[in-house]
Amino acid sequence: MPMNKNRSGMSRALVRRETTAGYLFLLPSLVFFLTFVVYPMVMCIITSFFDSNMGKNTQDVFIGFGNYIELFQDPIFRGALKNTFVIVLVSVPVVMIFSLWVANCIYDMKPWLTSLFRVVFYLPVVTGSVAVTVVWKWMFNNYYGIFNYILKALGIISKPINWLGDPKYALGCIILILLTTSVGQPIVLYVSALGNVDQSLVEAAEVDGANHRQVFWKIKWAQIMPTTLYILIITMINSFQCFALIQLLTSGGPLHSTDTIMYYIYYTALKMSRYGYGNAMGVILMIIIAVLSGIQFKLGQSDS
Amino acid sequence: MLGQKSKASKAIEFIVILIIALLFTFPLYWIVTGAFKTAKEVNSTTPVWWPYEWTMANWEKLMGKLKAPLFEISIPFSQYWSEDGAPIAAVTGATVPAAIRWMINTVFMAVAAMLLTCLTSALAGYSLAKKRFVGRNLIFTLIVCAMALPKQVILIPLIREMSSLKFYNTMAAVIFPIVGWPFGVFLIKQFAESIPGEILEAARIDGAGELKTFNTVVFPMIKPGVGALAIFTFISSWNDYFMQLIMLSSTKNLTISLGIAKMQAENATDYGLIMAGAAFASVPIIVVFIIFQKYFTKGITMGAVKG
Repeated sequence: MPMNKNRSGMSRALVRRETTAGYLFLLPSLVFFLTFVVYPMVMCIITSFFDSNMGKNTQDVFIGFGNYIELFQDPIFRGALKNTFVIVLVSVPVVMIFSLWVANCIYDMKPWLTSLFRVVFYLPVVTGSVAVTVVWKWMFNNYYGIFNYILKALGIISKPINWLGDPKYALGCIILILLTTSVGQPIVLYVSALGNVDQSLVEAAEVDGANHRQVFWKIKWAQIMPTTLYILIITMINSFQCFALIQLLTSGGPLHSTDTIMYYIYYTALKMSRYGYGNAMGVILMIIIAVLSGIQFKLGQSDS
Repeated sequence: MLGQKSKASKAIEFIVILIIALLFTFPLYWIVTGAFKTAKEVNSTTPVWWPYEWTMANWEKLMGKLKAPLFEISIPFSQYWSEDGAPIAAVTGATVPAAIRWMINTVFMAVAAMLLTCLTSALAGYSLAKKRFVGRNLIFTLIVCAMALPKQVILIPLIREMSSLKFYNTMAAVIFPIVGWPFGVFLIKQFAESIPGEILEAARIDGAGELKTFNTVVFPMIKPGVGALAIFTFISSWNDYFMQLIMLSSTKNLTISLGIAKMQAENATDYGLIMAGAAFASVPIIVVFIIFQKYFTKGITMGAVKG
């Protein structure tokens, strides 16, 4: 309403001035955004219909849906798709539940304690994927790793397990590391959301004799729903994009047992120079994420 | 009765959280102590929880292995006419350990990305929040859609674009896509919404030009948002491993994360050396994070809490 009033009240010269100024302020940002985000996104879609490699002297050949048809017949891609979904299906619920629990425990502590715990749970993110990965690689090592030592000392295993070299365990190890690097942001978000819950509602419910559990589920849960939805989407996107851990720990091995879509895109585009094929996978990944985000968004809206 | 029970369960909860928190800090502890362990301690089958004798051997190896010039200032745009497509260096610094050069590259990259992102986002966020013009909603929709898509998917097409622009294997190839990512614009827009229109109106009536209004009225009001964005961009670009991996190739151009990954690939089992590298790469950014963590958490939460 106020906007309409404002617009009708503006003189033509003022409108022109607003438009020019608006675009001039936008311009620097827009140049970078269009050149380095929108353009590559469009190119990703276009080249996915071409047989294209990174060579300088070769021409791209239009092959229609050729790349997509080949994709669905590619057993490695299907394996990568399966692994990606396993990672998402395990890590998303665990991250959500764990971070909500931690946040609920720490948000009403003394401020310095809340800060301290928040920093600690965020540490693996800030440490950086390379540093985190190399230390875990050492901890998982067959001979010198502490995992095998501890499990042997406790008598759980009798001979060392080759964690990252065994298709049975490798994906599990990656998920474990991914979990430690994924809970930081959700905890920060939940702590802030829980801190913003309307205290008068909580007090009113307590006066009415509601216990902690009831207060949590009936009052707080409803109020932090938008945050939950946001965390769900970002955690899902992050899990779908799991790359650095794979590249540094296992390179998709052993026997492609830890390939994810993102790693397989990197592998086909850069190691096999099959650029168009890699981009077709990128498009599939975009579609999957867009559809899942859309569904979650719709569900979240109908809930509230 | 209820209060008492919750007190006891609270204490148990606290202890459990404390234990988990300690586990979360363990990898970092293992990096830092590992960096000072002797080769024998590192390769011991019984873990050495605390180094018996602190050694600098790993650090000497880290600094001695690879060498690179301290800095190179190249002739602007020289990549467009040089024979091999690489920029021509006008001034080259003294030869130093490559790890030092990697650190300089990383700091340069993160600071440049931070400054450019803050500048462009502050201007654009203000414009989208407070200016009324045709196409505004379209641009904003485009930004929101782009943010919902996986960022890493565009990196593969970016490689080809960067090579044709002759940015490949330069810091520009890493910095520009970070600046282009519209999260900052979105964040500042949320923040700038709260600037009262009357103040802007008053500035205009006083005869202040657009730039002057931005400098004296708008910027002071969005400063906390810009601060949060700055620290957020600094840390996330420092750790943006995938982008650095595909854009940078020659030893002297690596970032510290890439350099450590490279060392790890070449000396897979020399854990002492690798831990020294990991400590060198991560401790500075952790210190930055701890100092600015208040602004940082603000940056994260502001992006999420949508009006």
